[in-house]
Amino acid sequence: MNKVVKNVEEACKDITSGVTIMLGGFGLCGIPENSIAELVKKNITDLTCISNNAGVDDFGLGLLLKKHQIKKMISSYVGENDEFERQMLSGELEVDLIPQGSLAERCRAGGAGIPAFFTPAGFGTEVAEGKEVREFNGKPHILESALTADFAIVKAWKGDTAGNLIFKATAKNFNPMMAMAGKITIAEVEELVEVGELDPNQIHTPGIFVQRIFQGVDYEKRIEQRTVRVK
Amino acid sequence: MLSKTQIAQRIAQELQSGWYVNLGIGIPTLVANYIPEGIEVEFQSENGILGMGPFPFEGEEDADLINAGKQTITALPGAVYFDSATSFAMIRGQHVQLTVLGAMEVSENGDIANWKIPGKMVKGMGGAMDLVASAENIIVAMMHTNKKGESKLLKNCSLPLTGVGCVKKVVTNLAVLEVVPEGGFKLLERAPGVSVEEIQNATEGKLIIEGEIPEMRF
Repeated sequence: MNKVVKNVEEACKDITSGVTIMLGGFGLCGIPENSIAELVKKNITDLTCISNNAGVDDFGLGLLLKKHQIKKMISSYVGENDEFERQMLSGELEVDLIPQGSLAERCRAGGAGIPAFFTPAGFGTEVAEGKEVREFNGKPHILESALTADFAIVKAWKGDTAGNLIFKATAKNFNPMMAMAGKITIAEVEELVEVGELDPNQIHTPGIFVQRIFQGVDYEKRIEQRTVRVK
Repeated sequence: MLSKTQIAQRIAQELQSGWYVNLGIGIPTLVANYIPEGIEVEFQSENGILGMGPFPFEGEEDADLINAGKQTITALPGAVYFDSATSFAMIRGQHVQLTVLGAMEVSENGDIANWKIPGKMVKGMGGAMDLVASAENIIVAMMHTNKKGESKLLKNCSLPLTGVGCVKKVVTNLAVLEVVPEGGFKLLERAPGVSVEEIQNATEGKLIIEGEIPEMRF
Protein backbone atom coordinates (compact mmCIF):
# COMPACT_ATOMS: atom_id res chain seq x y z
CA MET A 1 0.00 0.00 0.00
CA ASN A 2 1.72 3.18 -1.11
CA LYS A 3 1.28 6.11 1.30
CA VAL A 4 3.92 8.36 -0.20
CA VAL A 5 3.08 11.97 -0.94
CA LYS A 6 5.34 14.23 -2.92
CA ASN A 7 6.23 16.77 -0.27
CA VAL A 8 5.13 18.62 2.85
CA GLU A 9 2.68 20.84 0.93
CA GLU A 10 0.80 17.82 -0.32
CA ALA A 11 0.95 16.10 3.07
CA CYS A 12 -0.60 19.10 4.82
CA LYS A 13 -2.93 20.21 2.00
CA ASP A 14 -6.22 19.66 3.86
CA ILE A 15 -5.14 20.96 7.27
CA THR A 16 -7.36 23.96 7.83
CA SER A 17 -8.03 26.53 10.54
CA GLY A 18 -9.79 25.22 13.64
CA VAL A 19 -8.58 21.62 13.50
CA THR A 20 -6.97 19.60 16.28
CA ILE A 21 -3.40 18.43 15.62
CA MET A 22 -1.18 16.11 17.60
CA LEU A 23 2.54 16.74 17.15
CA GLY A 24 5.20 14.29 18.26
CA GLY A 25 8.39 15.28 20.04
CA PHE A 26 9.85 15.93 23.47
CA GLY A 27 11.29 19.40 23.73
CA LEU A 28 12.81 19.91 20.28
CA CYS A 29 13.78 16.24 20.02
CA GLY A 30 11.83 14.31 17.41
CA ILE A 31 9.55 17.15 16.31
CA PRO A 32 8.14 17.25 12.76
CA GLU A 33 10.16 20.29 11.67
CA ASN A 34 9.06 20.32 8.03
CA SER A 35 5.36 20.15 8.83
CA ILE A 36 5.54 22.83 11.52
CA ALA A 37 7.22 25.14 9.00
CA GLU A 38 4.43 24.37 6.53
CA LEU A 39 1.69 25.14 9.09
CA VAL A 40 3.37 28.48 9.75
CA LYS A 41 3.45 29.17 6.00
CA LYS A 42 -0.20 28.19 5.53
CA ASN A 43 -1.22 30.89 8.02
CA ILE A 44 -4.08 28.79 9.38
CA THR A 45 -5.38 29.79 12.81
CA ASP A 46 -7.48 28.63 15.77
CA LEU A 47 -5.53 25.40 16.02
CA THR A 48 -5.75 23.09 18.98
CA CYS A 49 -2.32 21.52 19.39
CA ILE A 50 -1.62 18.45 21.47
CA SER A 51 2.10 18.21 22.14
CA ASN A 52 4.15 17.45 25.23
CA ASN A 53 5.94 20.80 24.97
CA ALA A 54 5.43 24.03 23.11
CA GLY A 55 8.84 24.49 21.54
CA VAL A 56 11.09 27.44 22.31
CA ASP A 57 10.48 31.07 21.36
CA ASP A 58 11.96 30.77 17.87
CA PHE A 59 11.71 27.09 17.00
CA GLY A 60 9.24 24.24 17.01
CA LEU A 61 5.70 25.12 18.05
CA GLY A 62 7.02 28.45 19.29
CA LEU A 63 6.89 29.56 15.64
CA LEU A 64 3.12 28.96 15.52
CA LEU A 65 2.61 30.58 18.91
CA LYS A 66 4.44 33.71 17.88
CA LYS A 67 2.02 34.19 14.99
CA HIS A 68 -0.98 33.51 17.26
CA GLN A 69 -2.04 30.52 15.15
CA ILE A 70 -2.73 28.37 18.20
CA LYS A 71 -5.97 28.79 20.12
CA LYS A 72 -5.45 26.00 22.58
CA MET A 73 -2.48 23.93 23.75
CA ILE A 74 -2.69 20.58 25.47
CA SER A 75 0.74 19.87 26.99
CA SER A 76 2.55 18.69 30.10
CA TYR A 77 5.47 21.11 30.28
CA VAL A 78 5.89 24.50 28.65
CA GLY A 79 8.72 25.95 30.73
CA GLU A 80 11.10 26.69 27.85
CA ASN A 81 8.87 29.15 26.05
CA ASP A 82 8.53 32.70 27.42
CA GLU A 83 6.01 33.73 24.78
CA PHE A 84 3.86 30.78 25.75
CA GLU A 85 3.93 31.74 29.42
CA ARG A 86 3.05 35.33 28.50
CA GLN A 87 0.10 34.32 26.29
CA MET A 88 -1.11 31.89 28.92
CA LEU A 89 -0.94 34.29 31.87
CA SER A 90 -2.62 37.04 29.83
CA GLY A 91 -5.43 34.68 28.81
CA GLU A 92 -4.77 34.92 25.04
CA LEU A 93 -4.03 31.22 24.89
CA GLU A 94 -6.20 28.46 26.27
CA VAL A 95 -4.04 25.86 27.99
CA ASP A 96 -4.75 22.42 29.34
CA LEU A 97 -1.77 21.12 31.31
CA ILE A 98 -1.85 17.42 31.98
CA PRO A 99 0.60 15.01 33.60
CA GLN A 100 3.05 13.64 31.04
CA GLY A 101 2.21 10.00 31.66
CA SER A 102 -1.51 10.74 31.42
CA LEU A 103 -0.92 12.61 28.16
CA ALA A 104 0.97 9.65 26.69
CA GLU A 105 -1.62 7.15 27.86
CA ARG A 106 -4.55 9.31 26.68
CA CYS A 107 -3.05 9.35 23.18
CA ARG A 108 -2.33 5.63 23.31
CA ALA A 109 -5.89 4.97 24.53
CA GLY A 110 -7.31 7.17 21.78
CA GLY A 111 -5.52 5.12 19.17
CA ALA A 112 -6.30 1.81 20.84
CA GLY A 113 -10.07 2.22 21.20
CA ILE A 114 -10.02 2.62 24.98
CA PRO A 115 -12.34 5.56 25.78
CA ALA A 116 -11.01 6.24 29.30
CA PHE A 117 -8.87 4.80 32.09
CA PHE A 118 -8.11 5.31 35.76
CA THR A 119 -4.71 6.60 36.86
CA PRO A 120 -3.29 7.63 40.25
CA ALA A 121 -1.50 10.62 38.69
CA GLY A 122 -2.98 13.94 39.74
CA PHE A 123 -5.22 12.69 42.53
CA GLY A 124 -5.65 15.42 45.17
CA THR A 125 -4.41 18.12 42.78
CA GLU A 126 -6.20 20.59 40.51
CA VAL A 127 -5.79 18.10 37.66
CA ALA A 128 -8.43 15.94 39.40
CA GLU A 129 -11.05 18.71 39.57
CA GLY A 130 -14.34 17.56 38.05
CA LYS A 131 -13.06 14.06 37.36
CA GLU A 132 -14.48 10.82 38.71
CA VAL A 133 -12.44 9.32 41.55
CA ARG A 134 -12.51 5.62 42.27
CA GLU A 135 -10.54 3.48 44.67
CA PHE A 136 -8.63 0.42 43.43
CA ASN A 137 -6.53 -1.68 45.82
CA GLY A 138 -7.11 0.91 48.52
CA LYS A 139 -5.70 3.75 46.46
CA PRO A 140 -7.64 6.62 44.83
CA HIS A 141 -7.46 7.02 41.05
CA ILE A 142 -8.94 9.59 38.67
CA LEU A 143 -10.72 8.94 35.39
CA GLU A 144 -8.91 10.29 32.34
CA SER A 145 -10.42 10.23 28.84
CA ALA A 146 -8.78 9.26 25.57
CA LEU A 147 -7.44 11.84 23.13
CA THR A 148 -7.72 11.73 19.36
CA ALA A 149 -7.01 14.37 16.72
CA ASP A 150 -8.03 15.35 13.20
CA PHE A 151 -4.37 15.09 12.25
CA ALA A 152 -1.35 13.56 13.95
CA ILE A 153 2.03 14.65 12.63
CA VAL A 154 5.02 12.54 13.57
CA LYS A 155 8.71 12.52 12.75
CA ALA A 156 10.61 9.26 12.23
CA TRP A 157 14.19 8.37 11.42
CA LYS A 158 13.34 5.86 8.71
CA GLY A 159 10.10 4.95 7.02
CA ASP A 160 9.06 2.87 4.05
CA THR A 161 6.51 3.59 1.33
CA ALA A 162 3.88 1.60 3.27
CA GLY A 163 4.23 3.94 6.26
CA ASN A 164 6.16 1.59 8.54
CA LEU A 165 8.33 3.68 10.86
CA ILE A 166 11.52 3.41 12.89
CA PHE A 167 12.48 6.10 15.36
CA LYS A 168 15.94 6.96 16.61
CA ALA A 169 16.98 7.03 20.28
CA THR A 170 14.93 9.38 22.46
CA ALA A 171 13.38 11.04 19.39
CA LYS A 172 10.77 8.27 19.67
CA ASN A 173 8.98 9.75 22.73
CA PHE A 174 5.34 10.67 21.90
CA ASN A 175 5.54 9.88 18.17
CA PRO A 176 4.32 6.25 18.26
CA MET A 177 1.21 6.96 20.39
CA MET A 178 0.28 10.05 18.43
CA ALA A 179 0.63 8.14 15.17
CA MET A 180 -2.04 5.78 16.52
CA ALA A 181 -4.42 8.53 17.62
CA GLY A 182 -4.69 10.67 14.46
CA LYS A 183 -7.66 10.33 12.12
CA ILE A 184 -5.12 11.23 9.47
CA THR A 185 -1.53 10.58 10.45
CA ILE A 186 1.26 12.24 8.53
CA ALA A 187 4.80 10.95 8.94
CA GLU A 188 7.85 12.92 7.85
CA VAL A 189 11.05 10.90 7.76
CA GLU A 190 14.76 11.51 7.45
CA GLU A 191 15.10 8.53 5.15
CA LEU A 192 12.31 7.14 2.99
CA VAL A 193 12.94 3.64 1.61
CA GLU A 194 11.12 1.06 -0.49
CA VAL A 195 9.02 -1.64 1.19
CA GLY A 196 11.15 -4.63 2.06
CA GLU A 197 14.16 -2.55 2.98
CA LEU A 198 13.25 -2.27 6.66
CA ASP A 199 13.57 -5.34 8.86
CA PRO A 200 10.01 -6.19 10.05
CA ASN A 201 11.51 -7.14 13.44
CA GLN A 202 12.74 -3.60 13.96
CA ILE A 203 9.68 -1.55 13.02
CA HIS A 204 8.28 0.58 15.87
CA THR A 205 5.10 1.92 14.26
CA PRO A 206 3.25 -0.35 11.84
CA GLY A 207 2.13 1.41 8.66
CA ILE A 208 -1.54 0.76 9.43
CA PHE A 209 -1.40 3.85 11.68
CA VAL A 210 0.05 6.08 8.97
CA GLN A 211 -1.92 7.60 6.08
CA ARG A 212 0.72 9.79 4.45
CA ILE A 213 4.48 9.68 4.45
CA PHE A 214 7.06 11.95 2.85
CA GLN A 215 10.81 12.42 2.65
CA GLY A 216 11.67 15.36 4.89
CA VAL A 217 14.34 17.90 3.99
CA ASP A 218 16.88 20.19 5.67
CA TYR A 219 16.56 18.97 9.24
CA GLU A 220 18.06 21.45 11.67
CA LYS A 221 17.63 19.21 14.75
CA ARG A 222 18.31 22.01 17.14
CA ILE A 223 19.71 21.06 20.54
CA GLU A 224 17.99 22.79 23.45
CA GLN A 225 20.53 22.17 26.22
CA ARG A 226 23.94 21.31 24.84
CA THR A 227 25.78 19.69 27.74
CA VAL A 228 29.22 18.15 27.33
CA ARG A 229 32.10 16.93 29.46
CA VAL A 230 35.78 17.50 28.83
CA LYS A 231 38.02 14.76 27.53
CA MET B 1 25.44 23.87 55.56
CA LEU B 2 25.51 21.71 52.42
CA SER B 3 26.04 22.92 48.88
CA LYS B 4 23.72 21.64 46.16
CA THR B 5 26.41 19.17 45.14
CA GLN B 6 26.66 17.86 48.69
CA ILE B 7 22.89 17.41 48.87
CA ALA B 8 23.21 15.20 45.79
CA GLN B 9 26.17 13.41 47.35
CA ARG B 10 24.17 12.65 50.50
CA ILE B 11 21.21 11.34 48.49
CA ALA B 12 23.55 9.09 46.52
CA GLN B 13 24.26 7.25 49.79
CA GLU B 14 20.66 6.03 49.70
CA LEU B 15 21.18 4.13 46.42
CA GLN B 16 21.02 0.36 46.53
CA SER B 17 22.32 -2.14 44.00
CA GLY B 18 19.74 -3.33 41.51
CA TRP B 19 17.62 -0.21 41.69
CA TYR B 20 16.20 1.61 38.68
CA VAL B 21 16.25 5.30 39.54
CA ASN B 22 14.54 8.36 38.06
CA LEU B 23 16.28 11.66 38.71
CA GLY B 24 14.46 14.97 38.30
CA ILE B 25 15.87 18.19 36.89
CA GLY B 26 18.31 20.30 38.97
CA ILE B 27 19.98 18.96 42.13
CA PRO B 28 18.62 15.41 41.54
CA THR B 29 20.50 15.14 38.23
CA LEU B 30 23.78 15.56 40.14
CA VAL B 31 23.13 12.37 42.15
CA ALA B 32 24.40 10.34 39.18
CA ASN B 33 27.89 11.76 39.77
CA TYR B 34 28.22 10.22 43.25
CA ILE B 35 27.18 6.58 42.98
CA PRO B 36 28.97 4.87 45.89
CA GLU B 37 31.70 2.34 45.15
CA GLY B 38 30.31 -1.12 44.43
CA ILE B 39 26.70 0.03 43.95
CA GLU B 40 25.12 -0.75 40.61
CA VAL B 41 22.03 1.23 39.58
CA GLU B 42 20.44 2.15 36.28
CA PHE B 43 19.00 5.57 35.50
CA GLN B 44 15.65 6.01 33.78
CA SER B 45 14.73 9.25 32.09
CA GLU B 46 11.03 9.60 31.40
CA ASN B 47 11.47 10.90 27.86
CA GLY B 48 12.44 7.35 26.94
CA ILE B 49 15.76 5.85 28.01
CA LEU B 50 17.00 3.33 30.54
CA GLY B 51 20.74 3.09 30.99
CA MET B 52 21.49 6.77 30.72
CA GLY B 53 25.19 7.59 30.70
CA PRO B 54 27.19 10.79 31.32
CA PHE B 55 27.16 13.90 29.14
CA PRO B 56 28.85 13.39 25.76
CA PHE B 57 32.31 14.67 24.92
CA GLU B 58 32.31 17.87 22.94
CA GLY B 59 31.59 17.18 19.28
CA GLU B 60 29.83 13.90 20.06
CA GLU B 61 26.44 15.38 20.98
CA ASP B 62 23.44 13.75 19.32
CA ALA B 63 20.28 15.88 18.97
CA ASP B 64 18.22 12.67 19.11
CA LEU B 65 19.64 11.63 22.47
CA ILE B 66 18.58 13.77 25.41
CA ASN B 67 17.34 13.43 29.00
CA ALA B 68 14.12 14.81 30.51
CA GLY B 69 15.89 18.13 31.12
CA LYS B 70 16.54 18.31 27.35
CA GLN B 71 20.29 17.97 27.97
CA THR B 72 22.44 15.98 25.58
CA ILE B 73 23.43 12.65 27.13
CA THR B 74 24.99 9.32 26.20
CA ALA B 75 23.69 5.77 26.44
CA LEU B 76 25.58 3.06 28.34
CA PRO B 77 26.01 -0.49 27.02
CA GLY B 78 22.70 -2.26 27.64
CA ALA B 79 20.70 0.93 27.33
CA VAL B 80 17.24 0.87 25.77
CA TYR B 81 14.99 3.48 24.18
CA PHE B 82 11.21 3.40 24.42
CA ASP B 83 8.13 5.56 23.82
CA SER B 84 6.49 7.79 26.43
CA ALA B 85 3.61 5.40 27.17
CA THR B 86 6.06 2.58 27.93
CA SER B 87 8.15 4.97 30.00
CA PHE B 88 5.23 5.86 32.24
CA ALA B 89 4.18 2.22 32.42
CA MET B 90 7.55 1.68 34.11
CA ILE B 91 6.83 4.58 36.46
CA ARG B 92 3.16 3.98 37.27
CA GLY B 93 3.70 0.24 37.36
CA GLN B 94 6.27 0.73 40.15
CA HIS B 95 9.15 -0.80 38.23
CA VAL B 96 11.29 2.19 39.20
CA GLN B 97 12.58 1.83 42.78
CA LEU B 98 13.57 5.41 43.58
CA THR B 99 12.47 8.83 42.42
CA VAL B 100 14.47 11.92 43.36
CA LEU B 101 12.98 15.30 42.60
CA GLY B 102 13.08 18.93 43.57
CA ALA B 103 10.26 20.84 45.26
CA MET B 104 9.08 24.34 46.08
CA GLU B 105 7.22 23.11 49.18
CA VAL B 106 6.76 19.89 51.15
CA SER B 107 4.21 19.48 53.92
CA GLU B 108 4.50 17.44 57.11
CA ASN B 109 2.09 14.82 55.74
CA GLY B 110 4.21 14.31 52.61
CA ASP B 111 2.36 16.55 50.15
CA ILE B 112 4.56 18.14 47.52
CA ALA B 113 4.19 21.29 45.39
CA ASN B 114 6.62 21.92 42.54
CA TRP B 115 4.87 22.89 39.33
CA LYS B 116 3.04 26.18 39.51
CA ILE B 117 2.92 29.58 41.20
CA PRO B 118 -0.56 30.94 40.37
CA GLY B 119 -0.45 34.10 38.27
CA LYS B 120 3.36 34.10 38.19
CA MET B 121 5.01 30.96 36.98
CA VAL B 122 3.37 28.24 34.94
CA LYS B 123 5.76 25.68 33.60
CA GLY B 124 3.61 22.61 33.90
CA MET B 125 3.99 19.42 35.85
CA GLY B 126 5.78 17.40 33.18
CA GLY B 127 6.10 13.88 34.52
CA ALA B 128 6.18 14.89 38.20
CA MET B 129 2.55 14.04 38.98
CA ASP B 130 2.84 10.55 37.50
CA LEU B 131 6.13 10.00 39.33
CA VAL B 132 4.94 11.08 42.77
CA ALA B 133 1.58 9.33 42.49
CA SER B 134 3.16 5.93 41.96
CA ALA B 135 6.70 5.81 43.33
CA GLU B 136 7.11 3.84 46.54
CA ASN B 137 10.25 5.68 47.47
CA ILE B 138 10.42 9.42 46.86
CA ILE B 139 13.27 11.61 48.08
CA VAL B 140 12.98 15.36 47.73
CA ALA B 141 16.18 17.32 47.17
CA MET B 142 15.86 21.02 47.93
CA MET B 143 17.09 23.98 49.93
CA HIS B 144 15.52 24.17 53.39
CA THR B 145 14.27 27.73 52.87
CA ASN B 146 13.32 29.80 49.82
CA LYS B 147 15.09 32.90 48.53
CA LYS B 148 13.15 35.05 51.00
CA GLY B 149 14.37 32.85 53.84
CA GLU B 150 10.96 31.24 54.41
CA SER B 151 10.70 27.57 55.30
CA LYS B 152 9.88 25.14 52.51
CA LEU B 153 9.02 22.40 55.02
CA LEU B 154 5.51 23.38 56.00
CA LYS B 155 2.46 22.34 57.98
CA ASN B 156 0.43 22.64 54.75
CA CYS B 157 1.58 23.51 51.24
CA SER B 158 0.36 26.91 50.05
CA LEU B 159 1.06 26.29 46.33
CA PRO B 160 -0.96 24.01 44.02
CA LEU B 161 -0.08 20.41 44.82
CA THR B 162 1.77 17.95 42.64
CA GLY B 163 0.88 14.97 44.81
CA VAL B 164 -0.54 14.11 48.22
CA GLY B 165 1.06 12.13 51.03
CA CYS B 166 3.84 10.79 48.85
CA VAL B 167 7.19 12.18 50.02
CA LYS B 168 9.14 9.77 52.25
CA LYS B 169 12.38 11.64 52.79
CA VAL B 170 13.73 15.15 52.37
CA VAL B 171 17.40 16.05 52.04
CA THR B 172 18.11 19.77 52.36
CA ASN B 173 21.17 21.94 52.83
CA LEU B 174 20.52 21.68 56.59
CA ALA B 175 19.24 18.19 57.31
CA VAL B 176 17.99 14.75 56.37
CA LEU B 177 14.38 14.30 57.45
CA GLU B 178 11.90 11.46 57.23
CA VAL B 179 8.20 12.16 56.71
CA VAL B 180 6.52 9.90 59.27
CA PRO B 181 3.11 8.28 58.63
CA GLU B 182 1.45 10.07 61.57
CA GLY B 183 2.61 13.43 60.18
CA GLY B 184 5.78 15.39 60.87
CA PHE B 185 9.39 15.68 59.78
CA LYS B 186 11.54 13.35 61.86
CA LEU B 187 15.04 14.76 62.04
CA LEU B 188 17.54 12.04 61.11
CA GLU B 189 20.79 13.89 60.46
CA ARG B 190 22.22 17.40 60.66
CA ALA B 191 24.47 18.98 58.04
CA PRO B 192 28.02 19.42 59.38
CA GLY B 193 28.16 22.43 61.70
CA VAL B 194 24.38 22.99 61.73
CA SER B 195 22.62 22.86 65.10
CA VAL B 196 19.23 21.31 65.86
CA GLU B 197 18.07 24.78 66.84
CA GLU B 198 18.94 26.20 63.41
CA ILE B 199 16.99 23.39 61.76
CA GLN B 200 14.05 23.98 64.10
CA ASN B 201 14.05 27.70 63.24
CA ALA B 202 14.02 26.95 59.52
CA THR B 203 11.22 24.38 59.73
CA GLU B 204 7.61 25.60 59.85
CA GLY B 205 6.06 22.12 59.88
CA LYS B 206 6.19 19.81 62.88
CA LEU B 207 9.79 18.77 63.55
CA ILE B 208 10.25 15.55 65.51
CA ILE B 209 13.51 15.36 67.46
CA GLU B 210 14.34 12.13 69.25
CA GLY B 211 17.61 11.76 71.16
CA GLU B 212 20.97 12.83 69.81
CA ILE B 213 20.90 13.83 66.16
CA PRO B 214 24.07 12.75 64.36
CA GLU B 215 25.92 14.80 61.77
CA MET B 216 25.90 13.60 58.17
CA ARG B 217 28.98 11.67 57.11
CA PHE B 218 30.56 11.87 53.69
